[in-house]
Amino acid sequence: MNRSRRIKLQIFRATVFLVLGAFFLVPIGAMFEFSTRGNSVSAPRTLEAWTNIVKTPDLIDAIVASLELAAITSVAMLVLLLPTMVWVRLRLPGLNRIVEFLCLLPLTIPAIALVVGLYPISRWMRINLNESIQMLSVFYLILVLPYSYRALDAGLSAIDIKTLSEAARSLGAGWGTVMLRVIVPNMSSAILNACLLSVAVVLGEYTFANLLAYENLQVAIAYVGLVSAGTSIAVSVASLLFAFALLMILSFFGRPRDRVARAEETVIPGPLGPPIGVK
Amino acid sequence: MTAANSATDRAGVEVRLENLRRSYAGVTALDGLSLTLAPGEMVALLGPSGCGKTTAMRLVAGLEEANSGRVMFGGKDVTGLPASKRDVGMVFQAYSLFPHMTAEQNVTFGLSLHKVGAAERTRRAAETLELVGLSAYAKRYAHQLSGGQQQRVALARALAIRPTVLLLDEPLSALDAKVRYRLRDEIRRVQLEAGVTTLFVTHDQEEALAIADRVGVMNAGRLEQLGSPTEIYSRPATPFVAEFVGLTNRIPGTVKFGMVEVRGTELPLVQRDVPTGPGIALVRPEAVSLASEGESVPGPLIGTVIAVAFLGATSRVTVDLGDMIVLAQLPTALASEHPAGTRVRLSIRPDPVLIAREEKAPVEP
Repeated sequence: MNRSRRIKLQIFRATVFLVLGAFFLVPIGAMFEFSTRGNSVSAPRTLEAWTNIVKTPDLIDAIVASLELAAITSVAMLVLLLPTMVWVRLRLPGLNRIVEFLCLLPLTIPAIALVVGLYPISRWMRINLNESIQMLSVFYLILVLPYSYRALDAGLSAIDIKTLSEAARSLGAGWGTVMLRVIVPNMSSAILNACLLSVAVVLGEYTFANLLAYENLQVAIAYVGLVSAGTSIAVSVASLLFAFALLMILSFFGRPRDRVARAEETVIPGPLGPPIGVK
Repeated sequence: MTAANSATDRAGVEVRLENLRRSYAGVTALDGLSLTLAPGEMVALLGPSGCGKTTAMRLVAGLEEANSGRVMFGGKDVTGLPASKRDVGMVFQAYSLFPHMTAEQNVTFGLSLHKVGAAERTRRAAETLELVGLSAYAKRYAHQLSGGQQQRVALARALAIRPTVLLLDEPLSALDAKVRYRLRDEIRRVQLEAGVTTLFVTHDQEEALAIADRVGVMNAGRLEQLGSPTEIYSRPATPFVAEFVGLTNRIPGTVKFGMVEVRGTELPLVQRDVPTGPGIALVRPEAVSLASEGESVPGPLIGTVIAVAFLGATSRVTVDLGDMIVLAQLPTALASEHPAGTRVRLSIRPDPVLIAREEKAPVEP
C-alpha cells in the first residue's frame, strides 16, 4: 500500500470514529448536562438530581430488582440454552434450524403483542405461584433468547465440539464433565457475550414490566420523570454508564489467552482468532 | 477394576467384533462385520470413504450404537456400555486437544477421570509424553504446537489411561506428507512399546500396508479381505481389493477353459466361477516385464515407452500399446535400458489374475 493511500485511509478511519463517537456521546453528554441544571435557566449547576437517586427508595428498589432480574435471566438462559444447543448440534443436527427459528422468533413479534399473549400466564403465576417481580425473568428469558442464541452459536461454531466431546468421552468423561470441563471453558467469551446481551436487554426493558404492572428500573425511571425530569435523566445516564462499564469489564475478562504464538500458519476464524485485518 | 485387568495392563486384550450391523436412515453403513484382533495386534481397516470403516471404529468406541451384533473386549461384552465406560483410547482425524489445556493437562485429564492420584497423574503424563518424544512441550497449549505434535499429544493422552483398545481414526490425514511418514512409524513404535491392541482406520493404503500387522479391506459395509499386508497386495482375494490396493492394469481379454487370454498370453485365473467370454484381467505392474524389440513386426504386446517414473530401487514405466496404456514396474537398472521413446516388447508373467466384475451395484449373494 502506498503512502498517500495509507494517509487517506487513516483520515477516513478518524472521520468515521469521530462521527460515530459524536453520535453516541453527544446525547449522553446532553443528558448529563440537563441532569445538572437547576430549576431555572439562571440557577447554578447542581448535582441534586443525582443525589435524589439514592434518596428515592422506590428507585433503589427498582434498580436492585432489575439487577436481580438481569442475573436470574442470564443464569436461566445459560442453563436452558447451552446444553440444548450442544445437544442439538451433537445428536439432533436436523433440529438445528427449528431451534434457531424458535430462538429468533421473539425478535419478530412486537413486545406489545407478546405481552398480550403472556398476560394470562402472568396472572396465573401471580395467583398460584408468586407475586414478586423476579417472576418477570420467565418472560425476559424469552426476550433474550435471540441475542443469546446468536452469541452462543458463534462460540459453538468456533470450536469442534463433536471431536472435543468425543475425545473427552473416550477418556472417560460423562456428559456433565464434557459440558463443564471441556465445552464451557472453550467458549467463555461467547458465554460472557450472551450474558452481557441478556443483561443489557433486561436493564433496558420497559414494555413487559409496565404492562404487567411490575416496577423495574425503566418503569421507575418513567415514574420519577413525572416528578423530576432531572432525576430520571440522571438515572438513565447512570444505567447507560453501568452497561458500558459492564461491557468493558466483560470484554477484558472475555479476552482469550495469548493465541498469537501459533506453531503453524493457521488462523482460527471467529472469536478466538486475531481480529480481522491483523497481518 | 479386576485383577485380570491390571495383569493384562501392558499385554493387550483380544478385541472381537461380531456381526456388527449399522444403518443410517435406511442406508446400510455396516453390513455384518466380524473381525477379531489378537492381543497386542494392530489391524488396519482400509477402504474408500463411505465403506463403513469409520462406522466400525465408532461402534467399537461406543460413540454410536450398533443395530445388531456385539463388541467384546477380552471376552467381556461391552456392546451396551457408553463410550465413557469402555476404556478405549482414541486419536481422531481432526485435532482434538482441549484448547484451554496444556499438553500435560490434556494427558492428565483422562487420568483424573480414572481416579488416578495427583502424583501418579504427573508421573504418567511425563512418561507418556516422553514416549511420544514431547517432554519438552508439556507446558504448551495446542495452538503452540504443530499439527504433528498435536497428534502425538493426542496419542499420549489416549495411551496414558492404559486403554484396553487403541483406536486411530485417520490420525495422519490432516498432516502433510513428510510429517505423515515420520509419525506413521512413530505410532507403530509407540503401539508396539505399549503392547496395546489397536484398530487403525485409514483410506491410505500405503499407511495401512506399512504399519499394520493385518489389513482389512472394506467395501460397501463388508470386509472384502483380511490378511497380512503382503497377502493383501500380492494375493488380492477380490477384484475390488486388487484395484483398491496398489496400481493395477486393466487389460481386456477373453475367458475360456479356466484361463484368460490377454493379448496373446494365457494367464491362470484366481476366481473359479468366471463365465466364459470377454473379461478384464487385472494385472499388477510388477508382473509386466520389458524387452527390447528385436524385429519390427507389430504385435499385440509391442509398444512405445512414453514415461519412466523413478521410484528409487524400482521404476514405473508407462508403455503405449497403441490402443491402451500399460504400466510396468521393474528394477531401475532394467528400466533405464528403455528410455522414453524406445520401442519395447512386453511380457506378462503368468501369475494367477483376477477378472474385474462388471460395474454394477455391489449387491451379490
